[in-house]
Amino acid sequence: MSEHRPESRLHGDDLTLAYDERVISQDLSVSIPDGSFTVIVGPNACGKSTLLRALSRMLKPTAGTVHLDGELITRYATKEAARRLGLLPQTSIAPDGITVADLVSRGRYPHQKMFRQWSAADSQAVAEAMTDTGIADLKHRRVDELSGGQRQRVWLAMVLAQQTPILLLDEPTTFLDIAHQVEVLELCHDLYSRLGRTLVAVLHDLNHACRYATHLIAMRDGRIVAEGRPGDVVTEQLVQDVFGLACRVVDDPETGTPLVVPAARRRAAVPAQA
Amino acid sequence: MSTDVTPRSDSTPRRQHLRVESLDLSPTSYAARGRHDRWSLRFDRRVVAVCTALTVAIVVVFLTSLAVGDYSIGVLDVVRTLFGNPPDPLAEFIVNGRRLPRALVALLVGAALGASGAVFQSLSRNPLGSPDVIGFTQGASAGAVFVILVVGGSLAQVALGAIVGGLLTATAVYLLAYKRGVQGFRLILVGIAVGAMLISAVRYMLMRAELIEATGAQVWLTGSLNTRGWNHVVAVGIGMAIIMPVLLGLARPMRIIEMGDDAATGLGVNAERTRIGLLLAATGLAAMAVAAAGPIAFIALSAPHLARRLARAPGTTVGSAALMGALLLGVSDLVAQWVLPHQLPVGVVTVSVGGLYLLWLLAREGRRHHV
Ligand SMILES: Nc1ncnc2c1ncn2[C@@H]1O[C@H](COP(=O)(O)OP(=O)(O)OP(=O)(O)O)[C@@H](O)[C@H]1O
Ligand SMILES: [Mg+2]
Repeated sequence: MSEHRPESRLHGDDLTLAYDERVISQDLSVSIPDGSFTVIVGPNACGKSTLLRALSRMLKPTAGTVHLDGELITRYATKEAARRLGLLPQTSIAPDGITVADLVSRGRYPHQKMFRQWSAADSQAVAEAMTDTGIADLKHRRVDELSGGQRQRVWLAMVLAQQTPILLLDEPTTFLDIAHQVEVLELCHDLYSRLGRTLVAVLHDLNHACRYATHLIAMRDGRIVAEGRPGDVVTEQLVQDVFGLACRVVDDPETGTPLVVPAARRRAAVPAQA
Repeated sequence: MSTDVTPRSDSTPRRQHLRVESLDLSPTSYAARGRHDRWSLRFDRRVVAVCTALTVAIVVVFLTSLAVGDYSIGVLDVVRTLFGNPPDPLAEFIVNGRRLPRALVALLVGAALGASGAVFQSLSRNPLGSPDVIGFTQGASAGAVFVILVVGGSLAQVALGAIVGGLLTATAVYLLAYKRGVQGFRLILVGIAVGAMLISAVRYMLMRAELIEATGAQVWLTGSLNTRGWNHVVAVGIGMAIIMPVLLGLARPMRIIEMGDDAATGLGVNAERTRIGLLLAATGLAAMAVAAAGPIAFIALSAPHLARRLARAPGTTVGSAALMGALLLGVSDLVAQWVLPHQLPVGVVTVSVGGLYLLWLLAREGRRHHV
């Protein structure tokens, strides 16, 4: 872990995060490098979502502070914060009978006012977000009639339509087939590399994390176990420590980034042809 | 943000004061903009159509209720009387002194109930969330009955009792349901429990009271528009004038909160504060309606449903629910006065019609979920 803190628009310091009496994280400090793609990995229930919720002011820390653009995040009017930082929660509720385009258009809420309810920029942002997530063809369908993966992309589109410089995505690729997973990750890549956005995502696929992350944060039991460039931090020992999984780490034949191959516990179910 | 980049408006020869364009969000969504995009409103064509139709129907019902009665007056004469040109003094007395205030109270109370029901249904994310289901109406009743029977207060004091009772109940339900924010389902369960306790409190007070007073309180508890006069119109009118603008202002964040607190916070809505504002406004409307006309059942429950069904738009619109409530109560009062062989308190009509509606709704839902 590097001693000096890189330039960071979003950072949390000495956070204690708890639900009522139940403490999830203690003395947790994290800073999100600007213009990067930060990926958080860790086992279920280790506190990844909790951390994202604290960074995005959904959860009030019991102790410690979160700063956004050099200012305490609680000091912002909530709408102003929503123009700077967007969050895709792990689960959300679609209102009964709402259509795809209508839901995506709600991402524009922080840019609107009581008597400025719709602008040309709104139309453009919504159309762009739907095209980027590949749901333009679905726009008049009802959200409750979509498949899980389609629905996930609709919610992602809503957050994209918000057009915030900082984006926190809690498991954006869950429910997606492999092709759509790659598409979403490519989109994330585009967003930070081409548009200079700052992205944070929770991913469960370590190999995707290694391939796409510029900064990796590995968590366990509410603590950050390691962080840095995937090539520097992902080792067999780390995967053992974080997930309790024996594995081999080899070079990804496509990119040279680490590729985590779980150790075999028995022979293959169907042996390969000789 | 480049909101002023609209190439079409630059190339248009005429300066347009108002432009309406269809949005590619749903086949029925539109935006209306003022010059230089100084203002813009987004609307759904179907919701506008429903509101227009409801308004027309309300006018018809309103004029009818001014015209019919033991002494019937032609609609033209009614209109003339309203515009200060009565055909004879008797018509003026009957229309302006008797029927007009009653009809206005019906419309205002109906609108208050409809709007209040829309808010509670949205907040609880449940079609059963309405002030009469989650205990606020019962709280207002208990307050009013307490004033009638124990204090023996005047009409104004009864109304005050209803409002205080409603607000106290709302606070109690909110605090009991609070657990790191208030979730819809908890709100309903706690509300039902508190409502049940309040009903038994009302029963107890009725049991202990003198027969005559108890009968009076019982009539009040049915919900009635008999003998409602201009003082009622003024009271409810002022209340509506204060609360409705607040409510319409909160209607946009209200629809965002329907997506869950995390999503709402992410979009820049202060969920808890908005919810408290909405609860206060909706409780105020319900309590005011109860104060003016007694606990009229089912309007708050059914008006938002019917409005939503007609508009076939997702989410709850406060405005159309208010109009639907006004229409429902206006019609119910006409039926209560003139269609049935005996004049009945309007609450009896709304209970029967509302009960039938609820049964029909349940049967329909049952069929839909039955494979
Ligand atoms: N609303 C809540 N109330 C109480 N406890 C909660 C709440 N949300 C999460 N927790 C607890 O906090 C801990 C961390 O949960 P969190 O959702 O942050 O895990 P996560 O790392 O995101 O897991 P996953 O990979 O399964 O999404 C868990 O033990 C969970 O039970
Ligand atoms: Mg999670």
